[in-house]
Formats: sequence, C-alpha cells, structure tokens
Amino acid sequence: MWARFARDRAASVGLAIIILFTVAAAAAHWIAPYDPTEQFFDGLTLEGAPLPPSSRFWFGSDTNGRDQFSRLLYGAQTSLLIGVLANGLAVAVGTLLGVTAGFLRGLTGAAIMRLTDLMMAFPPLLLAIALAAILKPGIGIVIVVIALVNWVQIARVIYAETTGLVNREYIEAARAMGAGPWRILWRHLLPHLVPTVIVYATLGIATTVLLEAMLSFLGRGVQPPTPAWGMMIFESQSYFLNAPWLVFVPGAAILILALAFNLVGDGLRDALDPTQRGRT
Amino acid sequence: MRDFLLRIQNLCLGFQTEAGYLRVLDNVSLDLTPGETLGLVGESGCGKSVTAQSILRLLPCPPSRVEEGHIWFDDKDILKLSQSELQDLRGNRIGMIFQEPMTSLNPTMTIGNQLAEPLRLHRKAGAGEARAAALDVLKRVGIGNAEQRLNQYPHELSGGLRQRVMIAMALICSPQMLIADEPTTALDVTIQAQILDLLRTLQKELGISILLITHDLGVVAETCHRVAVMYAGRIVETGTAVQVLTDPQHPYTRGLLAASPRYAKKGERMPAIAGQVPPPGKRGQGCPFAERCPLVMDICATMPPLQGDEHKAACWATKT
Repeated sequence: MWARFARDRAASVGLAIIILFTVAAAAAHWIAPYDPTEQFFDGLTLEGAPLPPSSRFWFGSDTNGRDQFSRLLYGAQTSLLIGVLANGLAVAVGTLLGVTAGFLRGLTGAAIMRLTDLMMAFPPLLLAIALAAILKPGIGIVIVVIALVNWVQIARVIYAETTGLVNREYIEAARAMGAGPWRILWRHLLPHLVPTVIVYATLGIATTVLLEAMLSFLGRGVQPPTPAWGMMIFESQSYFLNAPWLVFVPGAAILILALAFNLVGDGLRDALDPTQRGRT
Repeated sequence: MRDFLLRIQNLCLGFQTEAGYLRVLDNVSLDLTPGETLGLVGESGCGKSVTAQSILRLLPCPPSRVEEGHIWFDDKDILKLSQSELQDLRGNRIGMIFQEPMTSLNPTMTIGNQLAEPLRLHRKAGAGEARAAALDVLKRVGIGNAEQRLNQYPHELSGGLRQRVMIAMALICSPQMLIADEPTTALDVTIQAQILDLLRTLQKELGISILLITHDLGVVAETCHRVAVMYAGRIVETGTAVQVLTDPQHPYTRGLLAASPRYAKKGERMPAIAGQVPPPGKRGQGCPFAERCPLVMDICATMPPLQGDEHKAACWATKT
C-alpha cells in the first residue's frame, strides 16, 4: 500500500508540503527571525502604514508593525493544531455516530439522526458565542466549536452510506458465518467507508481554518496577540487595497495546505482501493 | 425411524408490513437426515429463501415474526437459542452459500482473510493456522494455485472461482450442514455443472447434509436425494427425487416439470403454468394453487392436507 502511495507523485508532493509545514510550525521558535508579537518602530512608515516585503521583513509587516513572516510561522502552529485536531474530532465523532445509527437503525438510530438534525438547525456562530460566554475563549473553544459544527454533515453522509451497505449480500454472508454485530461493524462495514471519510477529512481542513478565522474575527476564537492564519486575514482585510500582501500571504498558506491535504487524501484513497491494485 | 439432523416442524412465519401482518410461510415442515441432499424447489416468491434464512435466523426481527413451529437441529430448537449460541451455530455447524458470488464476497478483503474469518471466529485460530486451513480448503474445492489466490481480492476472480471460494468459506469449519441458496443461478451453464459436481463430491467425501434451494428441476435430478416442492409458502409435495420427478402427484409439480426444458417435447411450444403465485395476504382459506390448477374442484376451497407415506402431496385430486 505504501509503495503504491509513494508512486503517486501528486500525493507525495502533498505529503512533502504537509511535512514541511509541520516542521516549520514546530521549529518556529528557531526559524522565525523575530518574536511574532514584537512591534517594531521601523515596522511602519512614518504615516503608520504597514511595510511591503523587504530584506528586513520578508513577507512585509502588518498594521501593528509586526513581522509577517514570523507571524506566519507561529500561526502555522495554531492553524495546524486547529485544522488537524478539530477536523479529526469532527470526522471521528461524525463517522462513529453515522455508522452506529446506520447499522443499528431502530430507536437508537432514530435518536442519533434527530440529534444531527437538531445540530444542523443550530447556527454555528450562536453556538460558538454561547460556549465562549460560558468558557474562557481560546484555542480549546475553537476546536470544540468547529468539531461540534462539522461532525453533523459527516454523520449524515456516513449514515446514508451505511444504510446502503448493511443490505449488501456480503454483510448477510458475514452474519451467516457467525460474525457478531461489532465484528461486522469494524471489519466488514468500516473499511468501505474509508474513502468517504478520507474525502471529508481532507476537505474539512480548509473549511476548518476559515471557520477559525470567522470565530477569531468575532473575538470568540484565537485571542490576539496569538497569531493564526485565518485571524491574520481578517485583521488586515480592510487594508487589502493598500497592503495586499497582508491578505495574500496567509491566504496562500491556507490554500497550499488545503491543496496538500487534498492531494494526500486522493492518494490514500487510491492506494487503499483494492480494485486499483496493479494499475498505474 | 430415521434420525434427523434438521427438522422443521409446522413453521409459520410472516412479516409485519405497513399493510398489516402478512404470513409468508404456512405450516412448513422439512426433514434432513445426515449425509442427505434435500432439494427445495418452487418459483420465485414461494418462500424458499425465507425458509433457508429462517434456519439461521438471518431474517431481521422485526419485521419478521415466527408465529409457531420449531426448527430442530441436533435436538436443539434453533428458534430458542440465544444470540451467542446462534453465532456459534452459524458458519461453524451450518454453513451457507448465497446466490450471487459477485456480491457475497467482501470486496475490501483478500480471499485469504475472508476464508480465515470463520476460523478466527469459531476456532480462535491464529494467522498461520488459518492460512494453512484456507490453503487446504481451497485445494479441496478445486482451486489451482491456491497460494496466489489467498492474496487476491474478489474482483480479481471469475464468477465460478468466487462461488468456489464461497463454498470453501462455508466448509472451512467442517459444518454438519450446508445451506445452498440457488448456488448456480448466477453462473453460466458449464460452470453450473462444475459447481454441482463439486457439491456432490464434497458431500460424498465429507458426509455433510445439504439443503439445496433451486428453481431448476434439472439441478434437483442431478444432485438431490429427496425433494420438497414449495408453493405460496407451503410444502405441496415431498418425496424422493425419483418419486417426485417421475411420478409427480401435485398438479403444480407436474406443471413445473412440463415447463422445464429437459422434460419438454422437442419441436413443441414449451408449456407454462398460467397465472402467478398469489402474493402473501391474497392467499385465502383454500388451496393456494386452485386458481391456476387445471383440476380444480369444489373441495379445493378448503385447504388440502399433506398426505401420503414417503411420497406426500397436498392435493385433493391425488389418489391415496
């Protein structure tokens, strides 16, 4: 399987990008030229406008005179953490609930699906604001809110797919062979859901980072001065015409990361698909 | 007195639907002795598959419901077993083969892993032991280069090979009984003959009992010792294969025989039984075959009992 994945050039590039970003985020402390929260006197023009990219500030400086490159590196920590954890949590919860509801059906299934309907009807921002009012705003809240918002769609899709799968003959054959319900669920049903789960997991990365941006914008997400990519875009969007690099740089980072995850997801899906075996 | 491996007694089973309760099996009784092949014949919608599935209690419950009856297997009533006893029975003492080899194998598992599955479940076998047993059983069902097949996925095998794998999977725990639900219907004729041949050989070698469900009387003639003919959820005729095929008592059996190419006269248009099987819920008090029957009489408005010694038929017109 890994050999097949390695042969997939696009997926390998994607994986390389993810590793690069992760290493950069982990080593931000040593790589970053400056402290991400330090405001420089020479970081702004005399009129108080941010500086374009130069040899001193590689990606320019932001509206507070802070180094954009350093903020991007430190922001990668926050954004990757949120992207991977929140999204992973959402995928795990959604898959588990969806597959359970689809497999058991009956009263339990109905209860789970009505819960997802309820969650679907609940506005995510309201949820975030309510939660942040109870708890201290911060990365933890962002992760919980994003997971709470995102698991619903995954649960729906997985539920629909599971109800289709449980009626397949090989599931009945597994039952006729003496397999208990849990074994059928783990060994015979879940492997078929892997492609769908992978697609959702990779698609979710980009939306997760953007949701983080939205929450941060409302003051309910990552708290300044901690940098995060989504927040960096929102902080600077009103200066877009005067200082486009402030939006483009973190925007490009989000785009590249999302793309890399999608490439890896595609590659994994193909590598896991037994019918693709032996084809190149 | 013969001793029975499987004995179904007066099984009445139905489904709860939106239109109310529908009885699908009506007083079905079947016997299967050790080492015997029993053919269960009838057209679509007669309840053959439901009978087979009810033996392993594979029907979801609800909506299905057993009104009354017993299914004795080795002196235990299957209908009274607990879930874990049932799981111990399935695949271990009773194996089952399905109609569609294309869809009955899990496409994400290698042949080796699927074959090992029953062993791991019932014998708690380790990987090496399971692999050796899988190789052995693949050779037994006549699959060449078994070693290589173990690592292949179902989509890499032909239909005939897949059905052989299904049979291997049903046999790997050496069950006492095999339920084969139309095992050859989805295969082409030459492969059909090979699979039937295989079933016959395996039975001789292993001495297992087979319940063979089919709508093909030719298959019955080739493989079965005894036959039960089903119509509209009831057994209408049973006897040895020779008795039923050469001297059919029930007009439905006669119709089926006349309609099968093997027994039809050359150059003539093949006869068919007019009409359809009455759906569950539209089966009245009388003989369910009455409206299609050429011999219908007044007395057919009441249900004929299944009568006779070795060769039984449920028809008022039968001479007894």
